[in-house]
Order: sequence, then C-alpha cells, then structure tokens
Amino acid sequence: MTQSSPLTIDAARSAVQERKTTALALAEASYARIQKEDEQIGAFLTLCKERALEQADRIDRMAAEGKPLPPLAGVPVAIKDVMSTRGVRTTAGSKILGHYIPPYDCTAVARLEAAGAVVLGKTNCDEFAMGSSNENSAFHPVHNPRDLSRVPGGSSGGSAAAVAADMAVVALGSDTGGSIRQPASFCGVVGLMPTYGRVSRYGLIAFASSLDHIGPLSNTVKDAATVLRTIAGRDPMDSTSADVPVPDYVAELEKPVRGLKLGVAKEYFGDGLDDEVRHAVESAIDKLKTLGCEVVPVSLPHTPYAIPTYYLIATAEASSNLARYDGVRYSDRAAGVKSLSEMYRRSRDEGFGAEVKRRIMLGTYALSAGYYDAYYLKAQKVRTLLTRDFEEAFRRVDAIVTPTSPTAAFRLGEKSNDPLAMYLADIYTVTADLAGIPGISVPCGETRETLPIGLQILGKHFDEATILRLAHAYEQAA
Amino acid sequence: MKVTEKDVAYVADLANMDLSAQERAGMLRDLNSILGYIDRLNELDTSNVEPMAQVSDRYGVDETKQGSERFAYAYREDSVEGLRKSLSQESALENAPDADGTFFRVPKVIDR
Repeated sequence: MTQSSPLTIDAARSAVQERKTTALALAEASYARIQKEDEQIGAFLTLCKERALEQADRIDRMAAEGKPLPPLAGVPVAIKDVMSTRGVRTTAGSKILGHYIPPYDCTAVARLEAAGAVVLGKTNCDEFAMGSSNENSAFHPVHNPRDLSRVPGGSSGGSAAAVAADMAVVALGSDTGGSIRQPASFCGVVGLMPTYGRVSRYGLIAFASSLDHIGPLSNTVKDAATVLRTIAGRDPMDSTSADVPVPDYVAELEKPVRGLKLGVAKEYFGDGLDDEVRHAVESAIDKLKTLGCEVVPVSLPHTPYAIPTYYLIATAEASSNLARYDGVRYSDRAAGVKSLSEMYRRSRDEGFGAEVKRRIMLGTYALSAGYYDAYYLKAQKVRTLLTRDFEEAFRRVDAIVTPTSPTAAFRLGEKSNDPLAMYLADIYTVTADLAGIPGISVPCGETRETLPIGLQILGKHFDEATILRLAHAYEQAA
Repeated sequence: MKVTEKDVAYVADLANMDLSAQERAGMLRDLNSILGYIDRLNELDTSNVEPMAQVSDRYGVDETKQGSERFAYAYREDSVEGLRKSLSQESALENAPDADGTFFRVPKVIDR
C-alpha cells in the first residue's frame, strides 16, 4: 500500500476491515520504512516486531471472520520510550534503564492495543523526557525528517519524527513542559497535550508528577481526537486520573466554530518571537476569524515568570522521582562497587547524563533546608498566579491562540551547550503544564527554509473538545 | 555567585551523586546562571498567595464537597489483592542487577 498523503487511522482501519490490505501488511510496510529511513532519523530505540505481528495477526483473523473491528484496528503506532511496555525494553532514553524490561503495561498503551493498534516499537526521547531537542538521549540524537541537520524538538522527538516520516500513523508522547507540542511544531505534525488527569499516568516513567501528561502525535487532528478518545478516562491505577466523562471527541470535531471567542495574549507575541513564526501565527488567527471566530485581546500578565517557575517545580519533583534509581531493583549498577553508598553514587554518576544531573542538582538545591521557601514554595505560589491568569482569561474566551514555539526547528548542537537558552525554547508551552490546561499544536505554514511552524491552541480544563474542533476547522481550511 | 563549590558538594551529596571535578565546575556555572534567571520571581509579591502543589485538587473533582470527600471517586475497598495482583517474586526480581531468587542483593552495609 503506497500513499501519497499519509495514512490515517480511519483509512488504515477500513482498508483492513474491507480486506483491501491486512494489518500484517501495514505493519510490514511500517517496518520497511523504518528500515529504510530510520538509520538517518534515529526515531526508534527498540522495535517489538514479534508483539506487533501477533497483534496484527489477531486483527487480521477478526477481519477474516467479518467481525467489526475496533477503532484503531491494524493502525501502526509508536510509543515514546517513557511508557512501560511489558516484555519490551523501556529506557526513558537513559543509560541507567538500558536493560529495563517492565513487567507491566502502561494504561495508555494497553488501551491503544485493546482498541486494535499495532505497537511497532519505542521511540527515542531526551533522557527522562528532560530536554527540548532530543539531544539529551543517552543513545543517539533524532534528526528532523524535514531537515536532517535540525533537531526534531523534544522531548518526544522520536515520536514526532516517526509520525512526520510516516514510519507510524500515530504516536504517543508525554508533555511536562511542552514535550508533545514543541516537537509536533518542529516536525510539522499535530500534537495534543490533554488536561492533567484526563489520561492515566500509570506506567509512565515519572519526571515531574504534577506536570506529566500523556498525549498523541498524529498527521491529522481527527487522528489525535480518535487516540484521545481511546486513552482518556478514569483509571483506578492512577489516583490523579480524573473521574470526568469523556466526550466523543471525533463527533465533536464537526460542530461549528462560528462564534467561538479566541483570546490573543500580547505576552505570547513579544521579544524573542521569530518574525516568520509571528507572521504565520497571525495569518492563522486571521484564517480562524474568516471562519467566524471572534478574536478578543486577553492578558496573561505572569507569563514572563513561567519558565523560572517551571524549572523549579519540575526539577524539584524530578529530584525526588529520580531518587529511585539506586542500582538495586531495576536500574543498572556500576561495576566493582564495595559499599552501599558507593553503589548508589557510582551507579547514578555513570547512569545519568549531564542534563539529568543538572536538574537533579537544581531540584535538590531548591528543596534543601534554607532554600525551600525562597525557591520551591515561591514557585508554587507563582504557579497559583499563572493558573489564575488562565482562569481570568477563560471567563471571557473559549480558547487562547499562541505560537507553539518562538522559532522553527534549530540546528543540532546550536543550543546544547547553553541550558538556559534551551529552556527558553519552552517559553510558550510550560504555562499550560503548570496550570493543567489542555493544548494542541497544529501546523500553520512554513518558514522560507520550508521548516514547519506550529499554532498552539490552549483550552479550559477538560475542554479538549473545543481546541480539537478549532484545530480541525483550521486544518481543513488551511 | 549564589551557589558556591561547597554548596555543589553538599547538594551532590544529598542527591547521592559524586560528580567529577569537571562536572562540579560545570554545575557551579550552570546553577548560578539558572538561579540568576530564576531570581526574577522575587519581583512578585506573593505574601497573600496560596501555594499550588498540584492541579488535581482543583479541577475535575466534586466541587460541592470539601477536603478528601472531593476525591471520593478514588476510594477503593481495602482488600488484600489491592487493585491488581502483586508481581510474582520472580518477576519483581527479574530486573535486579543482583538477586538471589528471594532477595535483592547489595554490597555490605556495615563494615566490621
């Protein structure tokens, strides 16, 4: 099956249902593409062909019996390597988990498979999802399929690249400070971060527990809606997964956008925003206006404080979460250690990369006696202010539109020696993670160098339906 | 400089890392640069602002209720099995760098 435009979930499922192709053939085609392309791109860390072909066979037998297939039947998917997969190595992009084989499945992965999806393998990412360029992977960097000299964004860079290069139809990523939306923007695909609590985090390797979200990357908004519908909803295994009804996001897509109020905040169009990105995003907003949306200026005055707040809270939580890598139960242990203390220290020294160590240090410092109030507690208070900004704005608007990232994809190596410059790549995305609101990035044109640009649409808590509807309307009109 | 070499050593110790001399020097530079940027939070008066540790106690809960009753949906029976069957001992030890079939094995804790 050759495609000029990328395969969608519906096209794959109906082709399998109508016996025009088989799930096996779709999986084999994906693997052939990975074989051909991925040496240059580096999107995958581990392939699980046996698991994929077993699942494909199960789907094909259902199709042969004429049974109605589930919504993602036969759809080749890729999973960011921070989500546990039973029997399939899960590294979080870290050397310290280089040999870890989880004994259970992440809920989001299990739900995809229960809906018929075929898991091809695990995608590369920044180590423990800490990074904005995928250069922090302990294994190898990912190259942007649109320009191999550029980064795919991060931390879900492998997932974004796998979808952009048609190696997978959709992928799961995780977003703690922008790690789904920013790589989606850099690679020219759709990336959705759901509301905090919308999707269970059970089986997600924790980075910052109050900020971690699982969500889809896809070629179309409709595919993102289909995946969200599949993975969303209460899971008793994650006590923070919310007991809020899950609407039919796909059906909701077709509702009109006319009359919706879109907030535009000047704080997201200030210094540091690349002119070409600004122009593309403003054109996208104009397009939404022609579709009948009303643009309303809003103010999110605490926005300049989002990055410092984020880098305190995320690192504080990370320093605590990553204490579990001790060389005892599942992480690698340094060789030749003679005492318990030496085992901890050397295993962590050897197992963690530079950025992970930096964040553990910053987080430990922010939580340490004498600094807790000045840093961690202060950041938690500013988090309240940032969240109130959105609450105020959402009294007057249905969604807020911004650029996803201040620039298009930068070059490999361009920011890797300057942590602060790298952190600023997340300037438009971190606030949504802090407030727990959903956000989507949808492609909105290209730079002169044909690099993709992303439009970000932020919504109210548990109102993914509205941002999906807007993104879909924009995508169809663009 | 906010962070000194002594602080770096102290914090690395808290975090159970040794760090090489080169890593410590890099950490000193990076932590000072990042904390310098973070200092802008002090421009904000937060004396009357409640801290926010998480979002899940504010959204998606039963707002008519108070305290832990807001999370009543997350209650479960206190049963031996819990929500799922425990991992078998074999499975739980499978990823350990060193185990003897019953226990995780670690270097000696106390030297005599």
